[in-house]
Amino acid sequence: MKPAPFRYIVAHSIEEALAAKAEHGEEGRFLAGGQSLVPAMNFRLVQPAVLIDLNPISELAGIERADGVLRIGAMTRYRALERDAIVWRDLPLITHALPEIAHPQIRNRGTIGGNLANADPASELPAIVRALGGRLRARSAISERTIKAADFFVGALTTALAADEMLSAIELPVLPARSGTAFLEMSRRRGDFALAGVAAVVTLDAEEICRNARLAYCGLGDRPIHATAAAQSLIGERLSEAAFAEAARLAQDAVDPQGSVHASKGYQRHLAGVLTRRALRTATERARHGH
Amino acid sequence: MDTERCTVVVSVNGVRYEREVEPRLLLSDFIRHELRLAGTHVGCEHGVCGACTVLFDAEPVRSCLMFAAQANGHEIMTVEGLAPAADRLHPLQEAMHAAHGLQCGYCTPGILMTLVAFLKDNPRPDEAQIRAAISGNLCRCTGYQHIVDAVMRSVA
Ligand SMILES: Cc1cc2nc3c(=O)[nH]c(=O)nc-3n(C[C@H](O)[C@H](O)[C@H](O)COP(=O)(O)OP(=O)(O)OC[C@H]3O[C@@H](n4cnc5c(N)ncnc54)[C@H](O)[C@@H]3O)c2cc1C
Ligand code: FES
Ligand code: FES
Repeated sequence: MKPAPFRYIVAHSIEEALAAKAEHGEEGRFLAGGQSLVPAMNFRLVQPAVLIDLNPISELAGIERADGVLRIGAMTRYRALERDAIVWRDLPLITHALPEIAHPQIRNRGTIGGNLANADPASELPAIVRALGGRLRARSAISERTIKAADFFVGALTTALAADEMLSAIELPVLPARSGTAFLEMSRRRGDFALAGVAAVVTLDAEEICRNARLAYCGLGDRPIHATAAAQSLIGERLSEAAFAEAARLAQDAVDPQGSVHASKGYQRHLAGVLTRRALRTATERARHGH
Repeated sequence: MDTERCTVVVSVNGVRYEREVEPRLLLSDFIRHELRLAGTHVGCEHGVCGACTVLFDAEPVRSCLMFAAQANGHEIMTVEGLAPAADRLHPLQEAMHAAHGLQCGYCTPGILMTLVAFLKDNPRPDEAQIRAAISGNLCRCTGYQHIVDAVMRSVA
């Protein structure tokens, strides 16, 4: 099918885009990579009156590191993240996970900002940003604020952004030394959204005792789920198969799978357990030996 | 810049085109209906099948998930731009022909445009990498094996 008519505004600066959004509110949509918005428009699931194209705004794209934080512009494309040497060095969790997201042609267009603003509960990056304790920068024509990942995702396809706000950048703290991460998912075909996925982060001390752990899930609730009790159970422990099994059991209680024709709730919960154990094994290995 | 119709100036296969279009015109329809380059195919119009893949500033993208207006000032290459001359095929096209990499040919333009860019980045791919590269291109005929064979043949 074809999209319904709309007014097309090309924004050349953040200020222009924000002024247009302030004027049109819910009637206006930002166009980022278009890889979620355009299919929805082609099916006429959404019919925005106005599209504000962010693609020409070069200041919205880019990756920089300052004061132990990676700052990623909202219009940074998956492909740029996938190929970026700083991301690989400082947050390999992202580099490991990106090949799981869609297909090469989609990754050439899709952006981190569009992905997070879209807030698909089965999407990988919201869980990753949650696991990394990310902060999201929101700007409107008159204000600017920071929203913690834990507060940003409020439900399926729903975020804390107001109608006049743009997600402008994502800030991810670089992990301390002796940290290891892993992302694992199960999907029906390569590039599909996850039936269940987990982002695991562990930090060890010099005695190999776990000092910090985080476990965030995609596809297992109406938003990315952080399994706090499961992660807590690892802290202070010398990580072993028994510790992984206990965390996996607690994680299965924390997730809230919805079930579908492709996977029952029980199967999704089973996946949560298996993926948690495997991801913790890999993350711990990487914390000991790097990447 | 607000417009009812917008001007698109775009280079396609090295030829410059200028057209006035409705903002909602998809790039795939622009290429097929306005420019009459029907080699780019349309299967699903929601980004799943890959038949509409073209090179946009040298990177493969879904032309059904972009608006023609967004191509203003950019460079596009379609399957019509691959062959070096009217009587010669691109080496990958030769290999697809030789290895029976197509049957009905509906998916072929998208597969070619995807693989041409992939081989530039990965001149010596293994089978798993080739399969990952075409994971976003559906083929209902070949079962993919002969496409993989064609790529292996083209890099041998
Ligand atoms: C075949 C296919 C398979 C896919 N598989 C996966 C997958 O496995 N995993 C996955 O995560 N995704 C998948 N996707 C979706 C893809 O990742 C999208 O690129 C992503 O969800 C949206 O990013 P985008 O830049 O394309 O945003 P757009 O589609 O342009 O925008 C999405 C929404 O966010 C809003 N928006 C965009 N940017 C901003 C901003 N800066 N501030 C505020 N609002 C904004 C838009 O108005 C729109 O409502 C798939 C898509 C396709 C077509
Ligand atoms: S027509 Fe574009 S991906 Fe199917
Ligand atoms: S050759 Fe027929 S779909 Fe691929």
